[in-house]
Order: sequence, then structure tokens, then C-alpha cells
Amino acid sequence: MVSYIPTAEDFQALDSAREGDRIDRPSLSYWQDVWRRLRSNRRALASLSIVVGLLLFTLMGPLLWRVDPALQDLEQVSQPPSLGRYALVVADNTPAPTVTHTAISSAAVDREQAARNLRLLGTPHSEGVNLAWDPLPGVDAYQLYRHEYPPRDADDLGLPMARLMPQEISYRDLLGLETRQYYYSIVGVYNGKEARAYTTLPVVVEQAILFSEAEYRGLLSGDATPETAVGSSIRLESHPLGTDYLGRDMLARLMWGARTSLFIGICAPLIFVIIGLAYGGLAGYSGGRLDGAMMRFADFVIALPFLLFMILFKIAFGLGPGESGIGPMLLALVLLSWPATARLVRGQVLQIREEAYIAAARMMGATAPYLVLRHILPNVMGVLLVSLTFAIPTAIFTEAFLSFIGMGVVPPTPSWGSMCNDGIRTMLSHPHELMFPALFISVTVLAFNLLGDGLRDAMDARMRSGT
Amino acid sequence: MGAYIARRLLSGVITIWFIATATFFGMHAVPGDPLLNDKAVTPEIRANLERAYGLDKPVPQQYLIFLKNMLQGDFGISFTQQNRRVNDIIAEHFPVSATLGVLALLFAAGGGIMFGALTALFRSRMPDYLIMFLVIIAVSVPSFVFAGLGQLAILRLNSLLGFSLLPVAGWGTVAHMLVPALVLGLGTMAYLTRLMRSSMLEVAETDYIRTARAKGLTPRRIFFRHQLRNAILPVVTVLGPAIAAITTGGFVVELVFAIPGLGRYFVQAVQQLDYTVIMGTTVFYGAFLVLMVIAVDIVYGFIDPRIQVSKSLS
Repeated sequence: MVSYIPTAEDFQALDSAREGDRIDRPSLSYWQDVWRRLRSNRRALASLSIVVGLLLFTLMGPLLWRVDPALQDLEQVSQPPSLGRYALVVADNTPAPTVTHTAISSAAVDREQAARNLRLLGTPHSEGVNLAWDPLPGVDAYQLYRHEYPPRDADDLGLPMARLMPQEISYRDLLGLETRQYYYSIVGVYNGKEARAYTTLPVVVEQAILFSEAEYRGLLSGDATPETAVGSSIRLESHPLGTDYLGRDMLARLMWGARTSLFIGICAPLIFVIIGLAYGGLAGYSGGRLDGAMMRFADFVIALPFLLFMILFKIAFGLGPGESGIGPMLLALVLLSWPATARLVRGQVLQIREEAYIAAARMMGATAPYLVLRHILPNVMGVLLVSLTFAIPTAIFTEAFLSFIGMGVVPPTPSWGSMCNDGIRTMLSHPHELMFPALFISVTVLAFNLLGDGLRDAMDARMRSGT
Repeated sequence: MGAYIARRLLSGVITIWFIATATFFGMHAVPGDPLLNDKAVTPEIRANLERAYGLDKPVPQQYLIFLKNMLQGDFGISFTQQNRRVNDIIAEHFPVSATLGVLALLFAAGGGIMFGALTALFRSRMPDYLIMFLVIIAVSVPSFVFAGLGQLAILRLNSLLGFSLLPVAGWGTVAHMLVPALVLGLGTMAYLTRLMRSSMLEVAETDYIRTARAKGLTPRRIFFRHQLRNAILPVVTVLGPAIAAITTGGFVVELVFAIPGLGRYFVQAVQQLDYTVIMGTTVFYGAFLVLMVIAVDIVYGFIDPRIQVSKSLS
């Protein structure tokens, strides 16, 4: 057998300019490729812009919309969204107009007769509705009712407002008036029993504000006096998204609530993913006994009843006066959620550890830190990022859920969950109080879910060949 | 098989013991105690109460007493509900939660399998897009919002019909359960639909489906006998965790619909630090979930003979 020993002449440098050997397209790193694929996913891109928009909304919003989220506006409780509302300025101490007469003798008693001429005195507004009516002969008393709907019959007259002496034929209603339509009914009382006949007057109540209240809230121009201002119409504070059951501005609460919800929703997953990465990475990399023991412990933490421990941790970490309860909730969420990530990372590391490129690197003398930082970590990163995007909606849900059952943030700190909790009580009469925070939670969770889907598609190597 | 079940049960018992221990000490680490909720009492009465409940003993000793009683199946007497045994509370209210949970699970599994199969059948066509859109909505809206909306829907429906078709809240008849169970099962249904869809699409690519097609089987037969049956397997695997999610997640629905389930008592007990009720419900739920997961694993072995139980041990 002739063995040929090659010499330097046998080799010849390739001409790099030769057609076919040149790399025509710019080479893309993994992350550049992921970004390229993500960018071509319209849904993921839309979600990304929603997330950015939400962050702007909560970070920039309170700078532009400078309304205190805890400020109560009791003139405007549970108002639906509107751009501006006007109110009639009324004097502070208007005496109630009293109309009296001497009782008509009981000679001609007609129990079937309803009171005549039930009428308004002055403009009906939210600071008082003044009613008067013509006397009925032979009554012992008058009974006044207020209803929110037209009464169907004498048994359906609504809220009993007052029982009046026969010589009093006027009444001033001040009881929790809202700007809406009411139906006032007057009934004669004979020998202690109410007659079946009644007269009803529909009244539309106008929004009004006391002069001193308007002055206090700075709604009047500087030189306004009771003489000039009373009777004029002024613009109340505007609440573009309406107000809640205490008259707090919904828009401001949503902005500040987003800070709570997004802070917990983003920070908690970020922290526990890092803890999980360290824990799972260590377990997976070291293997053997240590791995077994560490994973056993993680399994136990997973088995803990989540809600119970969430609440117990929250109570145990304590709440000083004036605290919002965000810190303990964050801590509890982190302490209970890291094992899922740790398991995921451990599985990945165990798999990557056996790869040929790790063996190759090891053979070339790579040290452990180099292996971890250069080979294992970058390869775990993709899965980790996807699990992070999916952990965010879960954390937002958990916060909302805890606040909903009243174990979350402490009032008056707003959060979307506690706003839902407030809103669900008034859901039937004022649906916007539930709908806005629920919408924000849903859109946020939706955006993060779709973003997670997009990221997974962009990173999943198995799907590469298909597209 | 027997050895496998025994091993799983043993590890389950250890898990429950761990949960019970962690809960016990966690609970006692919380400042305050259940007697604080009572009206102002004199120190003598308080001391008597503490003696009666055994709270005067050091915590480790209380723990041993608790363990001993738990092994005998006795969780003691509630602190906040006078003279009610925890065992009675569980016996009375768990069936309510369980009924609701089973119905919700039926909705979730039935709906999930059906919708998942439909999306795969109409892949990239209108029904697919529509169902997947609804699925995304269902996983993005918090359950308490769905509960509120469900209640609102019942009210509107009743006022539209002019008579009460479904009760708005409460418990007692099947009509009381329908909407709460649907609300409760919705999240799981969405999850199962997604899972079923990807599973169906995966099975559609397999060789045996191609073989079945090549043999000239009717599409109907291929769909039901070959594709659907195989695609259901992953759904069965997640039923264990799904049962957990549904039974423990039930109490939002119980709260909104005023259903006297165990979840409500659990949350109440945690808020009032009712030690015995917390321990009783926690251990009970823990045991229930552990058993469910084991049961699902065993059932899985029966459904799919390819899975060897002994193999999944290693």
C-alpha cells in the first residue's frame, strides 16, 4: 500500500469572492431571528403595542390626568361616563316653603277622592324637591310616597316618605336625591287607614350644588357671591369614565389601579422566574442526590394549597397602618410560584447537559461557569421567556382574585381586582363600575397571552421547518 | 400494579402530612388567634376558653395532639361556629361543592372535547376561528366577571320571559346549578379545547390515519374511531389537575351565587383564623386532590394500554 503524504502544494486557498461560496444574506443571530418572526406575526405585534400602551397609560396617565383616585365626589356618585356635567347653584339655607290651611270639617268626607293639584314649588333639584297639594276634606293625615317607577296600583307607591298633619299640605324631600325621574304619590289617611285613591306626580330631578360646596371645591370664579352665583349653572368636575359608588373618578382609579395590578403582575413573575432559574439550574446542573432533594422540596411547595398560603403569608407578613398590602402580596406570590419555573428549568438543563455541543465544549476544556453562561443559559432563555409571558396573566388574575375576595390590596389603594369587587355590588344599576376594570384586566391578560403565543411560535425550533 | 398504587398512596400520605404540618405552623405563626374574634372577655374566661380548646399548651404539643386526632379522623370543633364539628361542616358542605364541581367538569370536558374536535374538523375555516376566538376570551376574563355576567344574564332572561326560568342565586335544584357550573367550568373548557385541538391536529399527521385513509375507510369512521379516540388521551391526563382547579376555584362562584359550598367556609375560616376548620378543610382538600391525581393516572393506564404503569414509575 502506498501512502501519500500531502505537501503544502496540494492545498490552495479558496477564492472567497467565488460565486456559490459567498453568504449572500446577512447572518442573523437567534434573537434577531426571533424578532424577525415575531414581527411578522400581526397578532403578537398588536399585543405588544397594547402592552406598551398599557404601560404608557399607567406611567404617563397620572401625570396628565391629575385627579386624586381616592377623592370622593359625593355630588356625582355612580355616574356613567360623560364629558361634562352641569349643576344649578343653589343658596345654602333655603327655608322649606310651607303651605298650611285650616283643616276642612269632616262633613263631606269622600274617601274615593284623590288629592288634587299635586304640584311642585320651585325647580326640583338634588338639594331638595318641594311639593304641595290641595287639601282633602276630613283627612286625619296625608301619606307621601316616592317611587322610582310609575306606580301600578295603591299597593305599589314606593318608599313612604312622610306622614303629615292635615293642616300641612306641602313637603320638602331631601332624602338621597339622585338626578333621575321620581314618582311622588299622595294618599289621604282616614281614621288611621290609608285610602286607596292616590295622585301621582312625575318629577325629573336636576343636578344642583350648594353655593358653599361649589366655592369649597373651587368651581366658582373668584369674585362670585351668593347673590350673583345662585341660579346660575356651573360645570362640575368632569369624569370621562364616570365615577364609582363613592364618587371617585374611574379614569384616575384605573390608571393608579394599573400600577398595582401591573406592578404585581410583572414584578412577581420576573422575581420568581429568576429564583426558579437559579434553583432549577443548580439542581439540574449538579444532578444526583442534591437534585433529588431540591426537587423533592419544590414538589412539596407546589403541593401547598395556593390560596390558603397566599392568604396566610399575607397576614403573617403583616400590614402596618397606611400600607397598601402590595409588598406582602408580591412576596407571597413569589414564595409560592417559583417551583413551577424551577421544574421547567431543571428539565431543560438536564436535557441540554446531554447535548453533543456541551460534551464538545467540555472536551475543549470549558470551565463550568463558561458552560453555564455560554451554552446552557442562552438555550434555556427561550423557554423561560415564554413561561414568563404566560406567568404574567396568571399573576394579574391572582391579584385581581385576591382583591376581589377582599384579601388583596387595602383600600383606598386602587387595583383592578378591588375595583371589580366594588363594581360587582352595583353591577345591576351601574354596570360601568364593573365593566371598565374587568375590561382592563381582560385586555391585559389577552395581550400577554397572545404575546406569549407569538413568542413561543417565534422561538420553537420545531416549527422552523414548516415556515 | 398493586405495588405501584401502594407507592403512589404512600407518597401521597407524605405529601398530605407535609401540607398539614406546613399549614399548622404557618397558621400559628400568624399574629392573633380565633378567640380574638369573640366579644370582649375577661382574662379568666379567656383562660378557660384557651384551656377548653387546648390553646394553653405549647404549639408543638398542640401539633402532636392534632396529628393524633387527625389519624383518628377527628378534626375537632370549630372556633367560630358554635358546637359544630369540623367533620360535620365538611360532610354537610363538601357534597354541595362536589356536585357543582362534577357538573362543571362535565361541562368542561364535554365542551372541551366537542369544541376541540370541531376546530380540528374545520381547521382554518370559520368555525375554527370563531371557537378559538371565544377560547381566548374565556381564558382572558376573570371568573368573577363571568359569574357576575352570568347572574346578569339570568336576570335579563327572566325579566324578558316574564317568569323566573332560572334562579339568580341559591342552591337546591338542578336549575340552581346550571349557570354556576357553566361559569365554573368555562376556564377549564377553554383550556381543554386548546389542548384537544392541538392533539387532534397532531394525530391527523400520524401514519395510522394515513393508513386508515388508504384502506378506504369513510371519513366519518376515521374521524370518530381513529382520530378522536387517540386525541382524547392528553385530555384525560390533565383531568386530574383540572379537577383540582375546579374544586378549589369554586368558591368565587359559590360567593357570587350564594351557594353553601365548602369553599366559602374555607375562606371564612382563613379570615377568622378558625384553626380547626382551616386544618380540616386543608387536609381534606389535600387528600382529595392527591387521590384524584392518582385515580386519573390509574384510569389512564386502562384507557391507553400502551402506557405501562410500571414504566411511568422510573
